[in-house]
Order: sequence, then structure tokens, then C-alpha cells
Amino acid sequence: MNIIVLIKQVPDTETKVRITADKRGIETNDIKWVINPYDEFAIEEGLKTKERLKEGLVSVVTVGPDRTVEALRTAVAMGADNAIHVKTESVLDTYLVAKALAEVCKKENANIIFTGKQAIDDDQAATFGYVAELLQFPSASVVVKCDISPDKSKATVEQEGDGGAKNVIETSLPAVLAVNKGINTPRYASLPGIMKAKKKEIKTYTLTDLGLGAENSKTIDSDYQLPPERAAGKKLQGDASAQAKELVRLLREEAKVI
Amino acid sequence: MGNVFVIAEQKDGHVKRVSLEILSELTRQGVAATAVVPGFGDLSKVTDNLVNHGAAKVVVLEHEALNQYNTEAYTNALHQYLSSQNPSVIVTGATSHGKDFLPRLAAKFTTGIAVDCTSFQLSGDKVSVRRPVYAGKCSKQVEFSGAPAIFSVRPNVLAVQTGSKSGSVEKVAANPGTVKAKIVSTVASQIKKVELTEADIIISGGRSLKSADNFKILTDCAATVGAAVGASRAAVDAGYAPHDMQVGQTGKTVSPKLYIACGISGAIQHLAGMRTSKVIVAINKDPEAPIFQKADYGIVGDLFEVVPLLTEELKKLKSQS
Repeated sequence: MNIIVLIKQVPDTETKVRITADKRGIETNDIKWVINPYDEFAIEEGLKTKERLKEGLVSVVTVGPDRTVEALRTAVAMGADNAIHVKTESVLDTYLVAKALAEVCKKENANIIFTGKQAIDDDQAATFGYVAELLQFPSASVVVKCDISPDKSKATVEQEGDGGAKNVIETSLPAVLAVNKGINTPRYASLPGIMKAKKKEIKTYTLTDLGLGAENSKTIDSDYQLPPERAAGKKLQGDASAQAKELVRLLREEAKVI
Repeated sequence: MGNVFVIAEQKDGHVKRVSLEILSELTRQGVAATAVVPGFGDLSKVTDNLVNHGAAKVVVLEHEALNQYNTEAYTNALHQYLSSQNPSVIVTGATSHGKDFLPRLAAKFTTGIAVDCTSFQLSGDKVSVRRPVYAGKCSKQVEFSGAPAIFSVRPNVLAVQTGSKSGSVEKVAANPGTVKAKIVSTVASQIKKVELTEADIIISGGRSLKSADNFKILTDCAATVGAAVGASRAAVDAGYAPHDMQVGQTGKTVSPKLYIACGISGAIQHLAGMRTSKVIVAINKDPEAPIFQKADYGIVGDLFEVVPLLTEELKKLKSQS
């Protein structure tokens, strides 16, 4: 079973965002880079799947500049068998990243593909859908549970729906599953894992290797802006009962939101 | 502007408000749009609503398989119809369904996507959208180099208004194609909950709630005004609330009319996820909590004392109106 996990390296959630002078992105010096938190759940689910089935290889794939190899090594330290880097210094849009990932999945004969439900930098939550459609695989988003049938022909997954509902989805395999927090608890890298990861050979492709040398992004980003600062408002005075009364009056009469 | 399509979303014969929000905004920009609604059965309420909010034309993509949402069936049916219509813009709401099928549709059209936009501008042949990134720590403008331009709009951001009410309604037999993944059952939440991302009012609790049971204080308060209940990451990680209630960078990004943060200090990740709320109220014991910097109204006090009093006041208000 070829278990593929698609991951992205993103700025740590503690990052205070600063916009570049040309407003085409954010300042990346001083950023602490981490594996997208949702992709950590995807890695764990890939490893768990292999353990439950007692067979298979877990391969992690990422697209990005040289620094992203660090994310691959972390995944190997957690237990992934193989690491694949699509190396590019350009900033690609979701479409082109998904194209590259889909090409790698084809080369690796993916039987099941896990990824996080979204990356916490660009927040598009779209890569999984593109990859699935490009491969003509079924997909499920916001997955919080995954069971694979003993003959490995299908998976039964639980999807978080609106308002706390859960959908049970049956899908044939291969499929793309975008996982959410709550599906598992990602393991820490072990010391032998870290040693192994240091020496692990990373398979590297360029976009040209994947037949995408002539492809361009379909969307163009510009004019990054920080949100307008909210002015600090008023603190209500008096005892708790007076404060509660005053708050309701203000929400009703001044803010007009209730 | 060429052919503009709004994929409208309905559930059990009721249209989602975000579909009307998008049509209202297009009306304001003077753009004539066709609303496309996949479904089956009596959808007259939905089509009336879409016409009333400015759809120049409503197309019902009709098939039994589209009665319930299905990723592949919706994608296939929408693509089959839209690809015959030479679309220049396709837009839908950034709901859980919209986010699920739209990337697949964009892949079918070999085009780009912008998800969860908070504004858009259609003028001449140019489509330009703005969308928050890094959970709202900043936003960016996105333009499209290919056609159609495909994007989704965040619920609750754009105002609803009625339109010309002169649109026509047409039914088209849809083709849902081959489906490999099916929803076999749905387990509703034990408590009927308002979906966070579509809620008008949200009351959120942090770690100072101290237990899952104590969230009842917030649930009671929320019930008086039909609000949704949210939680900070700290409360979720402590096991006081499930992850689907988490607001912030690794949870949901919300923009309700009113956000009441109870016992939430205001970590950068949490602020990112709720800062576009129209009115923010903070209730916190610590007068130095960063949340007060963002709050329109602040109460320095014990939430266990203040929130039940607030519930009583809201009940009084409801009984008067």
C-alpha cells in the first residue's frame, strides 16, 4: 500500500506578520517554520494506517524552496519511510502546487493520500480537492476518523459537518482524505528517528521533471495589507449587575446588534 | 463582464443566506448574474428568494442524486452545465459544502481559485478579490490570469438587499456522473447547534471556564439570543470543548455581528480568527488581558458572576420585545 502524505511548511502560529515593501507577501526572515499543524495529523494518520494494515510505505511530499526539506526530515523522524521534495524557489498558487503534487502521486502509484484540511498560512483549503480531481480520485474533507477495509479496497471515514454533525462517508480507494484536528494525536519524533532522518536521502524533482516547466500560476497576489487596528473600546463601570445591564443597553441602543 | 454564475446553496428547500449576500453585492455592482442551484423536488421558495435578491435568471440543476449534498455529484453536475455556458466568473459561498466542491470544480476548469473572500470587484473584464490569509493576520488581493475566475465568499460579511425581482426560472436535467464516495449516514449533534461560521452572534469561552460542564453558562446565555458557542484553543486542548467549536488560527475564522469573549485572554492566534467581528465584547478578570485592546466593550470581572447576570438581562430584553 502506497500511503502518500502531502505536507506544507508554514510560519509558526505565533508569528507576527509583517508585510514586505512591495506588498506582494510577508517578511520571511526571522520566521520560525513548522509543519502545517493539520498536516501533522495527516502524517500521523499515514503512519497509523501503515501500522494497522501491517504493511505499506509512507511517503511525504512537499513543494517549496530548500528550507522545506526540514519539514520532510521532521516527518521522516516521526516515522515516514520516504521523502519527496518538489524543489522550486518560485511562489506557486494552489493550482500549480496541486498539479505538482498530483504528478508525484501518479509516479508513486498512490493508494491513499492524506493531507491536512487546510494550510494555516494561505487558508485556501483547496489543495486536496484539486489533487483529487486531477487524479480522478474521490475525496473527503474535514475527516476526523478513518477506517480502511481489510481488503484495502475502500475506506469508511467520518467527516465533521456543520453545527457539530458528523457524516459517515464510504469511499473506494484510492482516495484523497483531508484530515482535521481530533483524528489522532501526532507522535513526537524518536531519537533514532531523528538520527535516521538526518541521513535520509530525499528524492527531488523540479517542475520541469514533472512536465510542468511551462505552466504558470492562475492567480496573482498583490497588495497585502494588515487589518485596520481596532481602537480599544470602553470598559464598563459599576458592579457586575450594573455592568451586565449597561452592556445589554449598549449592544441594543448603541451597537444595535441585539 | 461576461457570464457570471452564482452557485446557490440550499438545504431542505431553504436557501443559504450567503447565496443571497453574493447576489445582493452583484446587484450593487450592477452585474447581472445567473444563480445555479443543484437540488431536487420543490425548490420554489429557494428560486423565489434568489429572484428577489437580484438573480437575472435562476437555473435549477435537477436530479434526485442532488437532493443531498455529494462532492462528486455536485462537481460533475455543475461542471457539465457551466462548461456549456462560457462562464467568466463562478462564485459560491465559503460554506463547508462550497469549500468542498469548489476546488474540484476549479480543477475541472483548469483554473485558479480564491477561497473565503471578504470582498470582490467585478468591473470591465477584471475580477479582483480580497481574502484574509494567516487566519486574518493580514489580507491580500487576488486576480486571475485564466478564465473562469472561481472564488468563494465568506458568509456574514456582505449585506443582503432585495433586487429587481424580474428574473426567470429554468429547470435543467442534471448529470451527476459517477460517484465513488457517498455519505451513508449523518449523526446530528446531540445538542442542536448554530454553525459557528454562519452565526450572527457568538459567545466564546476560554480555559478559565475550568470544565466542560461550565460551558453550560455560555450555552444558556447563547440560547437567549440564538447565538453559537465557541471556544479558545486553550479550552479545546484542555478538553472542555470539541475542536469544531474552536475559533482561531487552527480552528474556525468567524465574523459575526457580535462576538462575546468570556475568560479569553486574546492570544494572537485567537484574535486572528475573530477580529473581523463587527462588535467585540470581552469579559475577563485580568484588566491587562490583550483582548481588551480589541474589544468595543470590556467588562473586568468574573465571568461566572457576569455571564449569568447577562443571561438574565437578555431574557428580560426578549420578554419586552
